[in-house]
Amino acid sequence: MKLLEYQAKEQLKRFGITTPMGGVARTPKEAADWVRAHGPAAIKAQVPIGGRGKAGGIAVVKTPEEAEREAERILTLDIKGYPVSVLWCEQAVPDAEEWYLGVTLDRANRSLVLMLSAAGGMEIEEVADTAPEKIAKFWPHAWRGVASYDARGLVLDALRHDTPERWERRGKLMSALTPTILALYAAARDLDAVTCEINPLMITADGSVIAADAKIEIDESALYRHESLHRELAAEGGGSLVDSDPFEREARKRNLTYVHLDGYVGCIGNGAGLVMNTLDLVKQHGGEPANFLDVGGGASSDKVKNALEMVLMDEKVRGIFINIFGGITRCDEVARGIIQARDELHITKPLVVRMTGTQEEEGRKLLREAGIVPGTSAAEAAEAIVSLTRNA
Amino acid sequence: MSVLVDRSSRVIIQGMTGREGRFHTEQMRAFGTPIVGGVTPGKGGQEIDGIPLFDTVEEAVKATNANVTGIFVPPPFAADAIMEAATVGIPLIICITEGIPVLDMVRARALCDEMGVRLLGPNCPGIMTPGECKVGIIPNHIGKKGNVGIVARSGTLTYEVIQGLSQAGFGQSTAVGIGGDPIHGLSFTDVLELFATDEETAAVVLIGEIGGSDEEEAAAYIERSFHKPVVAFISGRTAPPGKRMGHAGAIISGTMGSPQSKVEALQHAGVTVADTIEEVVTAVAAHVAPTPAHIH
Repeated sequence: MKLLEYQAKEQLKRFGITTPMGGVARTPKEAADWVRAHGPAAIKAQVPIGGRGKAGGIAVVKTPEEAEREAERILTLDIKGYPVSVLWCEQAVPDAEEWYLGVTLDRANRSLVLMLSAAGGMEIEEVADTAPEKIAKFWPHAWRGVASYDARGLVLDALRHDTPERWERRGKLMSALTPTILALYAAARDLDAVTCEINPLMITADGSVIAADAKIEIDESALYRHESLHRELAAEGGGSLVDSDPFEREARKRNLTYVHLDGYVGCIGNGAGLVMNTLDLVKQHGGEPANFLDVGGGASSDKVKNALEMVLMDEKVRGIFINIFGGITRCDEVARGIIQARDELHITKPLVVRMTGTQEEEGRKLLREAGIVPGTSAAEAAEAIVSLTRNA
Repeated sequence: MSVLVDRSSRVIIQGMTGREGRFHTEQMRAFGTPIVGGVTPGKGGQEIDGIPLFDTVEEAVKATNANVTGIFVPPPFAADAIMEAATVGIPLIICITEGIPVLDMVRARALCDEMGVRLLGPNCPGIMTPGECKVGIIPNHIGKKGNVGIVARSGTLTYEVIQGLSQAGFGQSTAVGIGGDPIHGLSFTDVLELFATDEETAAVVLIGEIGGSDEEEAAAYIERSFHKPVVAFISGRTAPPGKRMGHAGAIISGTMGSPQSKVEALQHAGVTVADTIEEVVTAVAAHVAPTPAHIH
């Protein structure tokens, strides 16, 4: 689950990280009121995706009139599929050095990794590509975590490839940055964050350290540990926090693992690998998959019906390919769900079912009796659905 | 021989009294797996179908001398179950559970490494040595004893390959599902190292998918020092970047985890990369002879 900037900043504040003073605005008038009360500000679109500056989603304003005008403009934007409905008005940070500080999951090292760079402000992936030596990394021990001397070591590593002038100031920089590094790690650990990032992290002339932007992504599997936060955030964002796509939002409500794609062949299967392979097969036979939908292991007939209903909401879908390898899942149970869905939802679009594994004979028999021809080979089924839908 | 499990394994099941645990314990027993005990806190002293239950893993190991555990515990408690087994020193821990918080897995995996025990999974179908032992949820009837080793991330594609090979007459030495989570135990490389020295394994099928760099690491290992034929298959070739395709770990982030990088790395290592499951079977047929019919 991705948090919006202002939500991420509220969380970071709880862990002792300094953020600029700011307020939420949902209308141009609220933005103008904020600037009237607090002075010049940056007005920032709240969308859970990068690149909003380039998309015109950030404006620096001096007067309430300017704020109203800019807020009105930004609120009409759609940034990479996310319509802007919330603005964050924030006091500008005085001239400062721009650093980068982040913690993220490092799969290859099976650990979290802390990253610090004096080359902040730009996309960190860009720094990683062009000047990887400018990013210092530290892999915290899974149990011991991060100690102050680890944090100081990280700062020193970040300065080794920087200017001699900064190296001279290393004592001050270590004292300034250590509390923020420790706090960011604590935030990631306690929030079950797989990414927690401050870019830019401002260091002012007087040594204050301020998080000018913030990104937090919480592990979906750990949301049960953060229920109140999840509820609170979902309420504020109207459920739009995670999924910009309306079909994916609907699927989440229905508890279905679904990814929306651009094509016209609806795809349903049991097991992530099998469904990925189903999409690949459709494409290999010249079709375009409309979605990924995994009903998972042991799916009931209700779940299968729910899945079919979901896939058909997308009007681009011309036909559906159902690919089942029964392990825990029973083919007869799936067949009942398909037939029930076809009859109750009055499905007239082509359905191709490939069914094998547990209870396959019973499942195929049920389908045949209901007038649906089951296949046993996934490749043949893919060919069939593509030829039925390609020119439909 | 075979890898990791055989008929001399002594298996306990953590979470044996839950819905999934109970059903699959029956299936495993029907397969012939030597199940010597179950662990459910609070149910120590009871029995299920003649299998003794224990409150803790430590008690179970003391009483049964178990050397493999299969974990069917719900996600909020599964990392704890792994750590309990690791602390007792069970040499092979197989975790089937899907949906364990990733930072829990970081800690659990670190403890397994520290204790020197092997972890398989989580979010995996487990392991099957046909004719000898199965721990996990792979359907009983699809396997056939033979000399092809299988290592895969996806459960259902493991089934597809086992069935495809069996139907074409090619039996398996051992099929190992390493799981679809970003932080997991045994990697492709770890399992390949086991197959390398297993006399019963003549060729290996590797089933990868998008996300992470396990396949690339396996390719480097194969090029360096794996001398048996390998046939690979990568699923998710049409997946869009930035989207999680069902498995928590199946995501292309930037250039990381893309199918092209995996296919290229494997081909560079001399591996035959098949485009479909059917082609996997054809490619295996080019390297090994079908298993004689009298072997079961």
